[in-house]
Amino acid sequence: MDYDVIVIGGGLVGVSIAWGLSRCGQRVAILDEGDVANRAARANFGLVWSSSKGLGNAAYSRWSRTSTANWHRLAAELKAETGIDTGFVQSGGFSIRLTPTELQRGIASMAMLAGQAGMDAEGTPPLEYEILDQAETRRRLPLVGETVAGAIFSPLDGHANPLRLFAAFHKALQQRGVHYLPHRKTTAIRHRAGGFEVAGEGWRLGAGKIVLAAGIGNTALAPMVGLSVPLSPSRGQIIVTERLKPFLSHATGYLRQTDEGSVLIGESKEATIDHQRPRGPITSVLAERALRTFPLLRDAKAVRIWTAFRVVTPDGYPIYEQSERFPGAFAFACHSGVTLAANHALVLPRQISAGALSEDLSVFHSRRFHVPAAV
Amino acid sequence: MIQNIQSAADLAPAYDLVVVGAGPAGLSAAIEASTHGLAVLLADENDSPGGQIYRSVERASDADLARMGPDYAAGRMLIERFRRADLSYARRATVWNVGPADEETCDGAHALEVGIALGGIARPIAAHRVILATGALERPFPFPGWTMPGVMAAGAAQILMKSSGLVPSGRTILAGTGPLLYLLASQLLRAGVSVTAVVDTTPVENWRSALPHLLGFATSPYALKGLKLLLEVHRRTRVIRGVTAIETVGSAQFSALRVHRGNKPLRIEGDLLLLHQGIAPNLNLALAAGCDYVWDERLAAFRPAVDVRGASSVPGVSIAGDAAGIVGAVASARQGELAGLSAALDLNRIDQGAYEQRRNELARKLARALRGRAFIEHRFRPGKRFRVPEDDGTIVCRCEEITAVKLREVAALGVPGPNQMKAFTRCGMGPCQGRLCGLTAAELLAQCRNVPPGEVGYYRLRPPIKPVTLGELAALPHTDAAIVAVAGFVERAADGAQDVTNGSHQ
Amino acid sequence: MFRRLSDRRESSVSFTFNGVPTMARHGDSVAAALLAAGHCSTRRTPVSGAARGPYCMMGVCFECLVKIDGRPNRQACLTTVVEGMRVETQDGAAMPGREE
Repeated sequence: MDYDVIVIGGGLVGVSIAWGLSRCGQRVAILDEGDVANRAARANFGLVWSSSKGLGNAAYSRWSRTSTANWHRLAAELKAETGIDTGFVQSGGFSIRLTPTELQRGIASMAMLAGQAGMDAEGTPPLEYEILDQAETRRRLPLVGETVAGAIFSPLDGHANPLRLFAAFHKALQQRGVHYLPHRKTTAIRHRAGGFEVAGEGWRLGAGKIVLAAGIGNTALAPMVGLSVPLSPSRGQIIVTERLKPFLSHATGYLRQTDEGSVLIGESKEATIDHQRPRGPITSVLAERALRTFPLLRDAKAVRIWTAFRVVTPDGYPIYEQSERFPGAFAFACHSGVTLAANHALVLPRQISAGALSEDLSVFHSRRFHVPAAV
Repeated sequence: MIQNIQSAADLAPAYDLVVVGAGPAGLSAAIEASTHGLAVLLADENDSPGGQIYRSVERASDADLARMGPDYAAGRMLIERFRRADLSYARRATVWNVGPADEETCDGAHALEVGIALGGIARPIAAHRVILATGALERPFPFPGWTMPGVMAAGAAQILMKSSGLVPSGRTILAGTGPLLYLLASQLLRAGVSVTAVVDTTPVENWRSALPHLLGFATSPYALKGLKLLLEVHRRTRVIRGVTAIETVGSAQFSALRVHRGNKPLRIEGDLLLLHQGIAPNLNLALAAGCDYVWDERLAAFRPAVDVRGASSVPGVSIAGDAAGIVGAVASARQGELAGLSAALDLNRIDQGAYEQRRNELARKLARALRGRAFIEHRFRPGKRFRVPEDDGTIVCRCEEITAVKLREVAALGVPGPNQMKAFTRCGMGPCQGRLCGLTAAELLAQCRNVPPGEVGYYRLRPPIKPVTLGELAALPHTDAAIVAVAGFVERAADGAQDVTNGSHQ
Repeated sequence: MFRRLSDRRESSVSFTFNGVPTMARHGDSVAAALLAAGHCSTRRTPVSGAARGPYCMMGVCFECLVKIDGRPNRQACLTTVVEGMRVETQDGAAMPGREE
């Protein structure tokens, strides 16, 4: 065997897990595609956000909250290993609501979320949030526009610099001797005695275990090892401004200022993956809502607009599973690679090394898509 | 008669053809297409037509024309023809996007959309055809100190002379390679500027690859002009050859250049350093439009892939002049005419016979204008050590201040290309959007990986290719579907929320 | 650093640079006017605070960014000077919002 584990996919999910596996003493290789592959990792918004997640799936809310809590350790360890500051701050996040209707919907949704069974567990930070009316929102964020109706604030939320996080993982992996192999598009995975053989054009490598972390590429790879990763088409678009002097200390759900000064404005959800060109009407709505939120950004200049395809399952929750037919083959798919990076780096790898995913994660098996939905 | 577009409100919602850029290629394309009856809009960023080569030539005095030479004066006739043509001209207009029409907001008739910002208002303009005539950029010239005040591009000095009659008042040093370096030296000398030295970085070994092309050059109009220039500059200032490296002295403001040649460095005091090492196609708009591109080893640059008519890989989008590969002003004009003529044929404004006759005539003129280029390209190809800085501390990305060593560190991580390198370092993320670092970054990565630059590729560029304010973007047309995609639902003022949701949740 | 050729006859225009009344000629770009007035350092970078000045003069390098009439990060080489224009050094990143 060339490696203990081969991770297929060099995006944020893949490198988080590979780094964690290396910490568990595993010999790891990462297989990646070329420079212009579909890369959600380079198009991240950078929120470390859990408060509003998991309506209809309490386990996902818990998983997101524990990952946010684990982020402090992840950030410290990456800083110690690489010297790179991932910019993580858990300063609390505002879900700004532009109209009374948006605010009412937000309040109702948070009430339903908080009232779900199974939201609390030992070791998981409790869900905390505040509803802020117009006046209170303006008091805490004096620069918001006059028409902003209110906000929901949670101290659980924060943000990080997703590109520096990505770079830090890569640097740490190199220092640890993990093999990062770009330009290796996997076309075949075969089960062999005691492991797997992964192959592409002109190359083949063997490993005891494999982890599929190839984003939307997982859909094609999973059936090769008896798994299934159904994904729904989802395109997102984000506007980035030039660097500005700091004006916003907290993350908001759709607008944040990075520690380098750029403002990120997101994001759209379109149920299509037909092209990756930024679309004018989406750009326009993103900018218009950003200006209603912070009118002082009117003269700020957009320097880039990007679109990317999200890795999102039909119900929006992640997939974490091991193949029953071919134990040792794992498939993971999620669209919150930044929020969940801490769990992917610090929690999952121990389970992969031990050969079994924990019972907590069983709700994230893709078998949930195989049974007819209850009416 | 030409219609001068004063504000965004004057723009029509659609044109047959939108031409971007008012240099020789763009002006010629617009004139040609308009003579065949196309409704043409020419959009250009500058105050007046002419591009960089014919900048401000309309208001040039006799003294200006004498200083700048006959190749500059030639622009007057072209611009006079342009002013008489039946087309629309938007000056001071930023074209920030070109691409296929949006699936929702398109009018169904026009395949392309051009994003134009004019006087603080951004508008999408529909078009059947687009000709990109965005010209060239001066190639980045990274060495220690090239970001310092008092160091400027040679082209900048020409622009100052043409548009404002400004010339350097102190001791001026020119450094680099290429015909423009000597042209500028002679123009400055004629204007009475104190040119302390011309530091020629042309690799000595270039002669070997240039020699086979000497005959073509010797019979071209470039030969005599070039020789006269060289002699004039050599007679009137000091020319330093065989240079292997340069760096500025000091830190705050340019005061001297250290020149390495042989084993004894030379220090030249000066007040202004002007740099030039050739020009490269201005790619940003073509790449943002999705046009395929290739590495051109002779130019040592990327250029868009175009066919003989100038058609790019994006249907309806053509590229003419230096934007498609460096050809010079005269050939650029012919390529512009060919692209304009092709647009007329595509839109059935000219019959096949007339088209072929005109095309053959233009193709002959183009071939003549291209004679001698091969020699010039080989002779003045900038050396690798001046394209990829050997000194680790040299800034490659001026906007984000990313040094060569930082890029080499990241290259060593095995990054698959310049886009991953950009994500890891921010190299190319500043307002210039890679225009002054892209070639260097791609060549540096290729060098680290020991592969040709074509294999590592270039930045993936997206609109806006020039910064556009959020206020301008917010005023672009909205659609209900776009509101749903962003906000989740559309609100109607009268009856409260209308439940058009996309069913998504966080 | 730059001087005006004596055969140029454009009329004068006045503007201010960092509050100081400054003369330009009709048709000058802001960048040309600043260079003519002896200012070759016109901004500080948002990253290190290094001094920079006009480099390409043709709108591609973004080194000549200045504040014009309170609006940050304008390209001085692509903006024509008009009478009474208020030009200031761009000191690092732009402050969001218009300063009056």
